[in-house]
Amino acid sequence: MTVSPARSFQDLILRLHAFWSERGCVILQPYDVEVGAGTLHPATVLRALGPKPWRAAYVQPSRRPSDGRYGDNPNRLRQFHQYQVILKPNPPDMQALYLESLEAVGIDPTLHDIRFVEDDWENPTVGAWGLGWEVWCDGMEVSQYTYFQQVGGLDVSPVAGEITYGLERLALYVQGVDNVYDLAFNDPDSPAFQTYGDVFLENEREFSSFELEVADVDVLRSHFRDMEATVPKLLAETGRKGRTLVLPAYDHVLKASHLFNLLDARGAISVAERQGYISRIRELCKACALAWVAAEGANS
Amino acid sequence: MPELLIELFSEEIPARMQPGAARDLERMVRDRLTQAELTFDAIHAFAGSRRLTLVVDGLARLQEARVEERKGPRVTAPPAAIEGFLRSTGLTREALVERDGIYFATLSRGGRETATIIPEIVEGLVRSFPWPKSMVWGDGRLRWVRPLHRIICLFDGGVVPLVIEGIRGGDVTEGHRAMGSRQPFSVKDFADYRRALEENCVVLETQARKDRILDGAHALCAAQGLEMVEDIGLLEEVAGMVEWPVPLLGRMDSAFLELPGEVVRTSMRTHQRYFAVRRAGEAGLAPFFIVVANIDAADGGALVSAGAARVLSARLSDARFFWQEDRKAPLESRLEGLKGVVFHAKLGSMHERVRRIEALTARLAPLLGADTVLAGEAARLAKTDLATAMVGEFPELQGIMGAYYAAAEGHDPAVVDAVRDQYKPQGPSDGLPRGPVSLCVALADKLDTLVGFFEAGERPTGSGDRFALRRTALGIIRILLDAGVSAPLRPLIAYAGVGVAASVVGSVADSRLNSLNYRQLVAAFADPAAEFAAAGQLEQMFRSVGERQPADAMAFWRGIDDVTWIEEVFGFIVERLKVLLREQGVAHDVCEAAFALGDDDLVRTVARVHALRGFLDLEDGANLLAGYRRARSILDAETKKGPLPTGGPEAVLGAPAEELRLIEAVISTTPQVTAALATADFASALTSLAALRTPVDDFFVAVLVNSLNPAERDNRLRLLTSVCSLMERVADFSLIMG
Repeated sequence: MTVSPARSFQDLILRLHAFWSERGCVILQPYDVEVGAGTLHPATVLRALGPKPWRAAYVQPSRRPSDGRYGDNPNRLRQFHQYQVILKPNPPDMQALYLESLEAVGIDPTLHDIRFVEDDWENPTVGAWGLGWEVWCDGMEVSQYTYFQQVGGLDVSPVAGEITYGLERLALYVQGVDNVYDLAFNDPDSPAFQTYGDVFLENEREFSSFELEVADVDVLRSHFRDMEATVPKLLAETGRKGRTLVLPAYDHVLKASHLFNLLDARGAISVAERQGYISRIRELCKACALAWVAAEGANS
Repeated sequence: MPELLIELFSEEIPARMQPGAARDLERMVRDRLTQAELTFDAIHAFAGSRRLTLVVDGLARLQEARVEERKGPRVTAPPAAIEGFLRSTGLTREALVERDGIYFATLSRGGRETATIIPEIVEGLVRSFPWPKSMVWGDGRLRWVRPLHRIICLFDGGVVPLVIEGIRGGDVTEGHRAMGSRQPFSVKDFADYRRALEENCVVLETQARKDRILDGAHALCAAQGLEMVEDIGLLEEVAGMVEWPVPLLGRMDSAFLELPGEVVRTSMRTHQRYFAVRRAGEAGLAPFFIVVANIDAADGGALVSAGAARVLSARLSDARFFWQEDRKAPLESRLEGLKGVVFHAKLGSMHERVRRIEALTARLAPLLGADTVLAGEAARLAKTDLATAMVGEFPELQGIMGAYYAAAEGHDPAVVDAVRDQYKPQGPSDGLPRGPVSLCVALADKLDTLVGFFEAGERPTGSGDRFALRRTALGIIRILLDAGVSAPLRPLIAYAGVGVAASVVGSVADSRLNSLNYRQLVAAFADPAAEFAAAGQLEQMFRSVGERQPADAMAFWRGIDDVTWIEEVFGFIVERLKVLLREQGVAHDVCEAAFALGDDDLVRTVARVHALRGFLDLEDGANLLAGYRRARSILDAETKKGPLPTGGPEAVLGAPAEELRLIEAVISTTPQVTAALATADFASALTSLAALRTPVDDFFVAVLVNSLNPAERDNRLRLLTSVCSLMERVADFSLIMG
């Protein structure tokens, strides 16, 4: 029953894909708009709402411009990867499934101390919250596990269970490495072996400079205003089949949210302004959530 | 006797909620059994990370049967009333008995089998359990702290059938996730349950888990000449996170010991839930830690403790980075950064708060005998650590980090101490700051907090005190009493209030008004020679500022120029002081008698309380009180007839000797009482009053107050008035119970 540990970053991903695919999940690709957390992928934030069953799993690069460290910090990245699983309604044995998935990537539950530590999740910018835990493996937080109660200010019914694996942290643990840039990205025996640093270090360097120093604040502000203004316009439009254009509207919310993060990283948002920005994004998100639920309800 | 066993098996229950959940479970079942008139011998509840358990011993199999007669309406009552009575009793009219023209119903209640009542009790408690936070899951509507999976419900050796939202009551539970059989198993009764859990690596009782942690940790430490740093709160939490506690000794890089011990310990505690370790008999930490695993791993915990050490090392590397970065900029340079830290939406930024506290220390320092310059410096630095990276990461190190950084910058030790201890006392058992500068800053901090939140409309309610204002008021009292600050409190409250008001002006004002900053405002009011005398003075000053406000500030001023808030804050502090005195055994009425004088010097009032208490315990005191009561009741009765005669009594020639002697006693005692009160020597004042005892007693024996001669009567009433008034200068004796 003991499984050999995943040898590379991508092996970890492939094993999780195989595991959740066997459990009936749609395996999706990362959403191709910049987001700060895997939860924001429409496959989670929108699909969590409404009455329809839904199971999905995907990798999502998450961008947190303020965390940029120019590639100098072995543990902190401006872009990292989350493995996201959403199960709606959450099956009764979801915790057991999660523990099996850890075994599948090579964490033997009889040798490691795995525990569920209270951590109630909240994302004010999308008006979402849920109860759950951070999952610790020998004292290291390797996942976030949440039963969504509300998204966009609306009740999630039936309840969706969300699991977020921090892939870099999990890989550090499984590979027994201390520096993220030393992680094996592909098979160490490959003739073209690559470390995580080979693949992403330059990204970290260039984007840290861009996001912390170079990005033009006036341009960012003007983009933010454009995105913000576009959302209500799209929500007032209907497509040829009569449904509101929720998905394009939501894309613009994500873009606004990322622009806010960039402005924040540039130090262009004062303490006083901050709450205002967050509540503006929340209102946009809420409008999308409402439109989504209305459309889903009408279709079901 | 029959036993009831209930287990509610769920996903992981937050550790902090477990003790309350066990208490609630026990209380709810106890109440419901009592309500159902079911007798039992004993009841015990247990909480762990995945289960709440309850066992009732000696529970009756049958509800006690009871026949009761209920009185109904008169036979002649309107039909609607009689029908209503029939409906409420479920009887027909033929079944009613008539006596003296009134209907009676005979009702038999009870006698139900306990097994039929238990499902109602269990369902009721599951559906109304008071979790601080609860959730729904899957398709269901049931709320629990986390998904609820199984219910054991065994009574008298058998399963009690029940179904709650699809969860069927039974006799099956689960053990440890990764040890034991890892299969569900069934149990027969509580003894079997406890044994089966143990076999499947679950320790049922919290205390037993704690004992295992402590015993294991002590053994591991002792083997290396180490000892664990006790931490009761952490022990409680960890015992709620593990079902099968296995303490392990981990090792850390000793280079981290150059960090302040508080930082290492806080990082271990808050991030990792590890216990710190020191060399036996030494103060500083040793490069080890205790982690409590939830598993007895085949490799003896080697992987677990190595992993734990790696995570800790990453955490402490962060802490070391903060420690190095924070010391690159002097604390004082961080004051500017406090402008961006909101203290409270209505009370401005932390920067404004610092300015207010600094101004308050200038006022308080002379009262406490503190060096004004040092107190001001400490006040300026006190909150700067809130802008450091370390306190950003570990808010509980506020004050402590400031003190480390201030010491590193070479500030005076009195300043360092004041920065560290500014938040003391944090509770009734917490010690006070030491030294005048520390006391001064801590007092200023608390006055600003209490007055500020009152002005912001955040005063505590019966149940809620989210800003811990009761604790703050108690801190003010303890500091004033400890430092022996004998000074009127109202002006200090008013002064703190002016500072708060000025902060709000600053935050709403335009540039023209900014020139009237709080310093000038405070300076205008802070002439130390002119104590705050009348409410009007403050009011007038607020008005003069108010006239120059933009319209949006006017609402605030209208709220504040009503100075009743000073009395509200004062009254709040006095209430806490009374509670404190009562806890020390002072009787309620003695407290009230001393406080009734409205003296706002707390040191003086407490001295008054203690003197009064001692006096009333003496025979002279008790007898004088009796005389006082007699005089007071005569005066009260006369007051009802008309106004009392004014002026002092006269020693009229030919008056009874007892009357003349009492007049003489009052005249000779008055200056003694006056002199004693001037130096707040209440014991002496009361001793002087004791001299009145015999003359008062003799007077009442020999002299009739209500003489037929109006002049005699008036003079005697004047005499009694002067006796009472003299006594009431020390305390309001009318409030003392018999």
